[in-house]
Amino acid sequence: MTLNVVDADAFIILLAAFTGYEVISRVPVLLHTPLMSGSNFIHGIILVGAMVALGAATTVPEQILGFIAVVLAAANVTGGYAVTERILEMFDRTQKRNPPSGGSGGS
Amino acid sequence: MFSLSILSPVVEPVYIVTILLFIVALRRMSNPKTARSGIIAAGAAMLVAAVVTIWLPGMGNLALIGIAALVGGSLAWVAARRVQMTGMPQMVAIYNGLGGGAAAAVAAVALVMASDPLAYLVLAVIGAAIGSVTFAGSLIAFLKLQGWMRQRPIVFPAQQPVNMAVLALCALFGVLTLSGVHGPSLIGWMTPFFLLALLFGAMMALPIGGADMPVVIALLNALTGVAVAFDGLALTNYAMVIAGTLVGASGSLLTLLMARAMNRSLGNVLFGAFGATEEASGSVQGSMKPIEASDVAVMLAYASKVIVAPGYGMAVAQAQHKVKELMDILESKGVTVKFAIHPVAGRMPGHMNVLLAEAGVPYDRLFDRDEINEEFASTDVVLVIGANDTVNPAARRAGSPLQGMPILDVDRARNVVVIKRGQGKGFAGVENELFYKDNTRMLYGDAQEAVAKLIQELKKL
Repeated sequence: MTLNVVDADAFIILLAAFTGYEVISRVPVLLHTPLMSGSNFIHGIILVGAMVALGAATTVPEQILGFIAVVLAAANVTGGYAVTERILEMFDRTQKRNPPSGGSGGS
Repeated sequence: MFSLSILSPVVEPVYIVTILLFIVALRRMSNPKTARSGIIAAGAAMLVAAVVTIWLPGMGNLALIGIAALVGGSLAWVAARRVQMTGMPQMVAIYNGLGGGAAAAVAAVALVMASDPLAYLVLAVIGAAIGSVTFAGSLIAFLKLQGWMRQRPIVFPAQQPVNMAVLALCALFGVLTLSGVHGPSLIGWMTPFFLLALLFGAMMALPIGGADMPVVIALLNALTGVAVAFDGLALTNYAMVIAGTLVGASGSLLTLLMARAMNRSLGNVLFGAFGATEEASGSVQGSMKPIEASDVAVMLAYASKVIVAPGYGMAVAQAQHKVKELMDILESKGVTVKFAIHPVAGRMPGHMNVLLAEAGVPYDRLFDRDEINEEFASTDVVLVIGANDTVNPAARRAGSPLQGMPILDVDRARNVVVIKRGQGKGFAGVENELFYKDNTRMLYGDAQEAVAKLIQELKKL
């Protein structure tokens, strides 16, 4: 039973790693910074873990550690989002000011 | 006994949707046209995942959670909104570090509670170690990029053996922590374990500087992802496992792509202490030849093709808007203007692309090193704006600290004009032979003022 769970974990990690690799394997240099910033935002999912940790905390030391975890994780989430958004906002503006000359119109 | 590994038939499906949206978001962010919708999708997914977590069975301390989220979230939001675009690399570094710190703190809670089976606590210890390393490492990277700390590599004798000793000691205390997990001595083992992990993270980042900084930020970003994945395994939270692994894998690939762009191995980046060894000076022949803005203006106006090679100096001076204006004027005079973007120009990959995009330069005018290097030989004027190491022909010479780093071959153009504040060396601390070449002229001054002067002179013509 335990072994099955470990097996399943291994498969999940393998597939997730492959997906992560595939999804960005053909990225233009132009997008390296926003993508790095975006993935920086995505590991902010640690917020969920931090909430669970603080939510389960009963003693004061646990609560302090959990509180720190949620503060840091929330900062990772909102900061990561705001930075990525600001970087990508520029691309949007560029496109509006200089619409693609040929082919089908942009978004 | 209450466990951190809680599952719920309501929450789990929402996490699955979250993960799906994260993958879609990463995919969309790999294309300039859809990139913005990508981050918005990821943001929505994160919000839903956070909100639904409140409904996990047995969640307490809800008020504390709310306060903590509000405090951390709002401070970071305001800081990220206020910071200048030039400061973006260090903002990515600091938020990455905070994520690592959160991963370490979550693992610490799991260890203190010690309510899960030992196998899960092993995972928590690994997550704690990696999280602490990225927290401290990112903090050092932030301090260096922000200029609050010496940017050049900091080296001392026997650095690698000392670092390895710290790491080994940290691993030892990690094992002791696990062995004492239910006993009264837990805090006694845990405290040195965390301190040593933090120390190792800081010491790992100290000797890194120069053009290697972007690579290190990418690596630390990937490592935070790995720490989150380990925490996720320890808590049996698959949203964390998968999102963390996604970031770990894509971040590792990004790190390798960037290291390759500099023609250096990752080991070399981490342990090479780039630019720490000063080259014997006096090896460069000739002198730097200054030029006036009015002369440059004439040179540019009568050129048929001009390539701009921007670097960190453009970012510091916030000159991108003036550069766009210069491009518009030159194009109105029938001059072809292109931009040559070195993969590690600035302090982050794509740093220049972002700034030029902000100023409104269409991205089909921006060319990678590989795309444009052949063109320099047929270019009338190359305008180097605040770039240094990325255009240093010394990289082609054996024995130079820059040896092997791919550069923009700007020295092959008919004329090179370098806009530069003074006669100092680049981030790598290596003398630039380009500045002494016969076809190179130096236009001294702040990038923004110098380009503004060029625009004025061009308007007079």
